Amino acid sequence: MTDATPSTKSRASGALTVEDLKVHFGGSRTLFAKGAALVHAVDGVSFSVPAGKTFGVVGESGSGKTTTALAIMRLVPITHGRVILGDTAISDLEKEELRAARRRFQIIFQDPYSSLDPRKRAGAVVREPLDLMQIGKPAERDGMVAELFGQVGLRPEQRALFPHQFSGGQRQRIGLARALSTRPDLIVCDEPVSALDVAIQAQILNLMAKLQRELGLTYLFISHDLGVVQHICDQIAVMYLGQIVEQADRISLFTNPRHPYTKALLAAVPTVHGNKRDRRSRMRLKGDPPSPINLPPGCRFASRCPMAEARCREASPPLEDRGGGHRVSCFLV
Amino acid sequence: MAVATDPLLSVKDIVVDFKTRYGIARVLDHVTLDVNSGEILGIVGESGCGKSMTALSIMGLVPDPPGKVTSGSIKIGGMELVGMQLDSLRQIRGKDIGMIFQEPMTSLNPVFTVGEQIAESVRLHENASPKAAMDRAVEMLKAVDIPEAERRARAYPHQLSGGMRQRVMIAMALACRPKVLIADEPTTALDATVQAQIFDLLQDLQEETGTAIILITHDMGAIAELADAVAVMYAGRVVEKGTVDAVLSAPQHPYTKGLITCVPHLEPDPPVERHELMEIPGVVPALTELGKGCAFAPRCGEATEKCSVEEPQLLATGDKHLTACWVAQQERAQ
Amino acid sequence: MAETAATEDRTGQEPLELKITHPLSEMATMFFANHAAVAGLVLLIFIILFTFLGPYIHTTDPFEMVWAPFSPPGEEGFLFGTDYLGRDILAAMMVGGQVSMAIGLAAAVISVVIGVTVGAFAGYYGGVIEEALMRFTEFFQVLPTLLFSMVIVALFGATLLTVTMAIGVVSWTAVARVTRSEFLRIRELEYVAAARSGSARDGYLIFRVILPNALPPIIVQANLMVGSAILFEAALSFLGLSDPNTMSWGQVIGSNRPYILDAGFAVAIPGFAIFFTVLAISLIGDGLNDALNPKLRQR
Ligand SMILES: Nc1ncnc2c1ncn2[C@@H]1O[C@H](COP(=O)(O)OP(=O)(O)OP(=O)(O)O)[C@@H](O)[C@H]1O
Ligand SMILES: Nc1ncnc2c1ncn2[C@@H]1O[C@H](COP(=O)(O)OP(=O)(O)OP(=O)(O)O)[C@@H](O)[C@H]1O
Ligand code: SF4
Ligand code: SF4
Ligand SMILES: [Mg+2]
Ligand SMILES: [Mg+2]
Repeated sequence: MTDATPSTKSRASGALTVEDLKVHFGGSRTLFAKGAALVHAVDGVSFSVPAGKTFGVVGESGSGKTTTALAIMRLVPITHGRVILGDTAISDLEKEELRAARRRFQIIFQDPYSSLDPRKRAGAVVREPLDLMQIGKPAERDGMVAELFGQVGLRPEQRALFPHQFSGGQRQRIGLARALSTRPDLIVCDEPVSALDVAIQAQILNLMAKLQRELGLTYLFISHDLGVVQHICDQIAVMYLGQIVEQADRISLFTNPRHPYTKALLAAVPTVHGNKRDRRSRMRLKGDPPSPINLPPGCRFASRCPMAEARCREASPPLEDRGGGHRVSCFLV
Repeated sequence: MAVATDPLLSVKDIVVDFKTRYGIARVLDHVTLDVNSGEILGIVGESGCGKSMTALSIMGLVPDPPGKVTSGSIKIGGMELVGMQLDSLRQIRGKDIGMIFQEPMTSLNPVFTVGEQIAESVRLHENASPKAAMDRAVEMLKAVDIPEAERRARAYPHQLSGGMRQRVMIAMALACRPKVLIADEPTTALDATVQAQIFDLLQDLQEETGTAIILITHDMGAIAELADAVAVMYAGRVVEKGTVDAVLSAPQHPYTKGLITCVPHLEPDPPVERHELMEIPGVVPALTELGKGCAFAPRCGEATEKCSVEEPQLLATGDKHLTACWVAQQERAQ
Repeated sequence: MAETAATEDRTGQEPLELKITHPLSEMATMFFANHAAVAGLVLLIFIILFTFLGPYIHTTDPFEMVWAPFSPPGEEGFLFGTDYLGRDILAAMMVGGQVSMAIGLAAAVISVVIGVTVGAFAGYYGGVIEEALMRFTEFFQVLPTLLFSMVIVALFGATLLTVTMAIGVVSWTAVARVTRSEFLRIRELEYVAAARSGSARDGYLIFRVILPNALPPIIVQANLMVGSAILFEAALSFLGLSDPNTMSWGQVIGSNRPYILDAGFAVAIPGFAIFFTVLAISLIGDGLNDALNPKLRQR
């Protein structure tokens, strides 16, 4: 875990760069109906992840974490910006080129119940990408699937079972095996342990760390559990309403949070070290985040920010490096 | 630890059985809990260990069939609830015990405004005029910190955010000023910042009105920061209980220890070196296939021979601290 | 209930001893363990034998007048009696059953094929394609079905083929709606996104991933369709718009309906036949549905 650099070969092809990514939903008119309001789900997100590292994304519900993940996976249309994996601009690929490149980036989902086709056996689920992308010879694929099952801690004979016959944690292992089947460079993990019991969470997190060490994988790790993020991520970005408001390495972000939202977020998480008395003294945010449809001008956090000033409501603070790669977007920092 | 007064709510040796395809599942196995007024009792445990079922049995809402409260007693203010007539039970629900359910969206009726729904639950228990009931509804919405309560009372559930819906649920549960409030994972669907607001609200409530609260959660952090006492459940049994300070600072049941150490806790000052997380191996056993010994034995690193033969009872292993584990009890004895 | 099932699943310990059987034999086992489905199958086999083998044993011509009209069942050796022209109803039931069942099944197949195609493409692609296809569906839906099929039959002549086509063409809209709404729902599920990121093409996603999961309500619709097609044919025959040279259950009902008060049996017998056929098919459909669902299959 401590050292996530690949033990076998160098994998520069796993470096991920996202440049000014925007994903807007709705707004366009269709043939008969008037278009829905424009939702700025992701609104100018940039970051880069070195190969073999884990990049965490945290933030309020609806802040655009999943949409960022889906855009990188090319599963929602990208409105603007570029996504580059290794030396391939995956945001520019179309049709067959995109299909071929999909081998290199895979995804695992939050819900272990809806992410596996209930009508396919576990083995067929893991084998599907191999068949679709024609990886290996057909006769070898069964053996490859069996090996993948072993790799994620399932017994190879469990290939013949259907998803509903597995527990949540086991299903997440199947999801991992499916993602690993194409030997990807990048795995996008959208809340991979949020739906699991705490005891099972640890099993999956340890497995993910081990696979990263062995295979030199790059992870984009989305979660709302800050404890998990702190444990597994090397770099962390905090999102608020479609934008990154703060980004830093794990030590710097947690020991020295600088954006008011990050501070409030860290203060809100109850921990086993805390107790009834000192919870009272912590900073509290009021209200709910505004909707991503009618965005106010200026800083998007201004409506809830305890430190907001007049200028915050006029111009947007830029996301600037405040030393050591600790990027913050706030006028008062 | 002299018991000065009778506890407000006392659950004693409750057994709930469910008929399933695979046989009888003992969903609750001699669960015993006490809640004093003004106290927050936390219940933690993995999914399926019977947390919600404990709440439902207190509310008299165990689905029957297939479930059945086979034995035991539940008393609130000395009044026995097990076996009570449905009519009287309905009066108790809402008036003496309120409950906030796990999923706020599905427990609110989408075709009525939230104000109407709160007013309705007032009118079920008190013969208030519609006007008075509505006033109370607005007052309750104010009490749970909903801004512009008069206007929000006329909103439909889907027009409110998740956090507001959960506040509405709390307002509804509190509308008749119950003595006990059961909150079943009240914040699972909410953001951390909103969760903190809801927790503050529960804490205010307990401090200001002396309402006893049962907080069901799987988050040890929430227990640490909110509860006074805690009960850890596993496979339908309470395996450890005591004051929060005692249980969290010196857990004695291997399962509790596992629950605390297998979670990566948020540290204000994280170490550079990262260690591997502790794991509890395996999964929760099926309730229909429990052997006669300790239910945790197949996953327990400290198990002895005795463990798979005889079931440990919940016995004192410290001051205000009970544990159902042979090894812990032995250590205490020495 | 769904909530319960989920918890039950989650706590279910890992299955240890697994018997690996061929999926088909597993499905067969599941199907035959379902008593209602087996009863349906037996009933359907009986009806098929009755209509397809019957005429070889009971060789009376259903169009020939053999006795006095309205002879009640059982008299003079006519098991089901005679109709208003003194024709043997038993013979009509046998020969007519062939036609009715063929029309029912063929029309159901036609409407399922059209409905699933339209619904699947609309639900899968969304946007302009969906709007266009759904307007098209609505257009067919608001047409008075009987009138429309009468027009088709009048235009192309009253043969078995045109009647079947007409019924199929007017009744696919319900299938299309069901299919579309299932596709809209399943399209958003994560296993579809997973297959897509496994670089699946549209055709694969539609037919191999989404459609199998959308089947249950479609099968129910198809079942209903068989029954309604048989009844539809009856309505057309009643209006004299079916092929006059073929006998069908609908014809028997249609031609005897004016005399229902005098000879109710002549209408009731084909009515029961239709009822039992539809019942048999829907029992089988239910059983198939369960057998195709791995969740129910492997308990
Ligand atoms: N297909 C869509 N059409 C329109 N709006 C969408 C669509 N998908 C997402 N959105 C909107 O985009 C915003 C960002 O959503 P997203 O799912 O990325 O948030 P998230 O950060 O993943 O939240 P959560 O923590 O709840 O998963 C939300 O306001 C959401 O309502
Ligand atoms: N209708 C039912 N039939 C059979 N078993 C049931 C039924 N309802 C609940 N159970 C079982 O009762 C047990 C306890 O369920 P309960 O809902 O109390 O769990 P929980 O601790 O609240 O879990 P979660 O954290 O998932 O909410 C589970 O093992 C569940 O499978
Ligand atoms: S820019 Fe202003 S409103 Fe925005 S976070 Fe900083 S202080 Fe708050
Ligand atoms: S009784 Fe034995 S098996 Fe059970 S928790 Fe204690 S040591 Fe482990
Ligand atoms: Mg999300
Ligand atoms: Mg529960």
